[in-house]
Amino acid sequence: MFEEYLSLFIRAVFVENMALAFFLGMCTFLAISKKVQTSLGLGIAVIVVLTITVPVNNLILFNLLDEGALAWTGIPALESIDLRFLGLLCYIGVIAAIVQILEMTLDRYVPALYNALGIFLPLITVNCAILGASLFMVERQYDFGESVIFGFGAGVGWALAIVLLAGIREKLKYSDIPAPLQGLGITFIIVGLMSLGFMSFAGVQL
Amino acid sequence: MGLRRFIDDRIAPHFHKGGRLERYYVFYEMFDTMLYSPSQTTRAGPHARDGIDLKRVMMTVWLAALPALLFGMHNVGYQANLQISDFGYDPIPGWRTELVLALTGFDPSSLLANLLHGAVFYVPIFVVTYLSGFLWEGLFAWLRGHEVNEGFFVTGILFTLILPPTIPLWQVFLGISFGVVIGKEVFGGTGKNFLNPALVGRAFLFFAYPADMTGDRVWTAVDGFSGATPLAMGAAGELDFSAGLTGVAGTSAGVDLTWMNTAFGGMQGSIGETSTLIIALGAIVLLLTKIASWRIMLSMLLGMIGMVLVFNWVGSDTNPMFAMPWYWHLTLGGFAFGMVFMATDPVSASMTNAGKWVYGALIGVMVVLIRVINPAFAEGVMLAILFGNLCAPLIDHFVVQANVRRRLRRRGAEA
Repeated sequence: MFEEYLSLFIRAVFVENMALAFFLGMCTFLAISKKVQTSLGLGIAVIVVLTITVPVNNLILFNLLDEGALAWTGIPALESIDLRFLGLLCYIGVIAAIVQILEMTLDRYVPALYNALGIFLPLITVNCAILGASLFMVERQYDFGESVIFGFGAGVGWALAIVLLAGIREKLKYSDIPAPLQGLGITFIIVGLMSLGFMSFAGVQL
Repeated sequence: MGLRRFIDDRIAPHFHKGGRLERYYVFYEMFDTMLYSPSQTTRAGPHARDGIDLKRVMMTVWLAALPALLFGMHNVGYQANLQISDFGYDPIPGWRTELVLALTGFDPSSLLANLLHGAVFYVPIFVVTYLSGFLWEGLFAWLRGHEVNEGFFVTGILFTLILPPTIPLWQVFLGISFGVVIGKEVFGGTGKNFLNPALVGRAFLFFAYPADMTGDRVWTAVDGFSGATPLAMGAAGELDFSAGLTGVAGTSAGVDLTWMNTAFGGMQGSIGETSTLIIALGAIVLLLTKIASWRIMLSMLLGMIGMVLVFNWVGSDTNPMFAMPWYWHLTLGGFAFGMVFMATDPVSASMTNAGKWVYGALIGVMVVLIRVINPAFAEGVMLAILFGNLCAPLIDHFVVQANVRRRLRRRGAEA
């Protein structure tokens, strides 16, 4: 049991890294990676959101939406009903709610980070890495325990990637990048090269 | 007329301001500083009075890699000649074979024949690498108005030494072009990159053309040859680690393999990486001149040993790599070469002393992880060092932050 969870966690962090293997959540990934401190804050926010939303969506899927999931109500008419077509709506709703709560919490307790993240905090709602993790959970049919681990691992992987990118971009502040490539252009190249480095994990069997 | 006078009187005026070829000054400058030390001095302070400039650093690394180059060339020829004379393989048809046949023949016991057979494979790789490297370096220097840098000398020789001998030359061109342009020049040239350009080039080839870069067929330059490298044999469980240092642990391509063999380098592998002892020679030079960091080398070695001991202790019934002792990990594959020449690259490694310990240990651990638990890649050194390069800026960031905090606390305590 423990070994299984550990392997799932390591796969989510390194092998199937949300940012560098699937290129999900790129807009925030590229925009908020100029400084290590800020990206660390965003990374933690993403970890929190993912660790909550994936299991919550898991509960919704298997207790409300899935075919025959409503059997627990005891009403015969509901037993054979399949509500999975409502999945996307429910998942994004859950994500939006969690992000809203997170935003209020940060505003109240960590105003510095709240200001640094700016518009990108509410935009976590539509960050594809977040929705992506929930959809992966559906596709791979994780149970509740697995979805907690997977959500946490996917968040840690994404946070690790953005903090690494921020470190590299801080270092490259002093480099002499050709004018046409400055800004986003070189960042795309950096992300590509980072992905090359993360290829070392591709194929790891755990 | 001496050469210096000739250059100054006849050639230099054309390239200096107002001359006919003023636009091509960078190329003149490149060849001039290659032949002579530049005579310019700094005009404003601080004045560093030290003979060890970038050029000399690069030249020292180049010379440190030279023994590995010569031995590698010999070994490429030796492995091929051995297979041809003792096991009845045919040489790869083409001009190379005709040249070797005409001059020395295929005799594995003759130093000259081995060197020549190695040279016909290595020299074209070397020439293509340096020509294409100069092409890109010169182009970027010319268009961007900076001087051609010596960094490429080192990138070039290291790149040639981590290739398999049978690699097609157009792939050599592609690899070094990718390494130099995407790995280095788009960031502004030598000293501005964050990954080791030679490794970027090799990793690009490794993922783009796996059939020519890895597997059983590419390591020995004879026709239709197929034989696993010792590292792949270890993964397949064909090595007997209880044989000790001199006992026969397995049979590689028809030849008995002992640990001593692998330390001396009498095995197949990438051109320059086979002999741990010869690489150690280069390491001594780099450490005595303080060009490479002993912290990185030592911590990478310790990280590797630590991780291997963990795997040895855990053990596995199905994966023979769990049982491989650390001294085999050290001599097989590219570990020694990567540790001495690649991980210590001062540009892409961690800059802080504490950071270097973490960086080296991280690479050492990663090498073993990839080798042991990732069946997709037999060899992990290149990818582990690239991963270390990715983490180096972040490691430095945290070391610096910790230092800032420590000093703030000290100030706070005093005030």
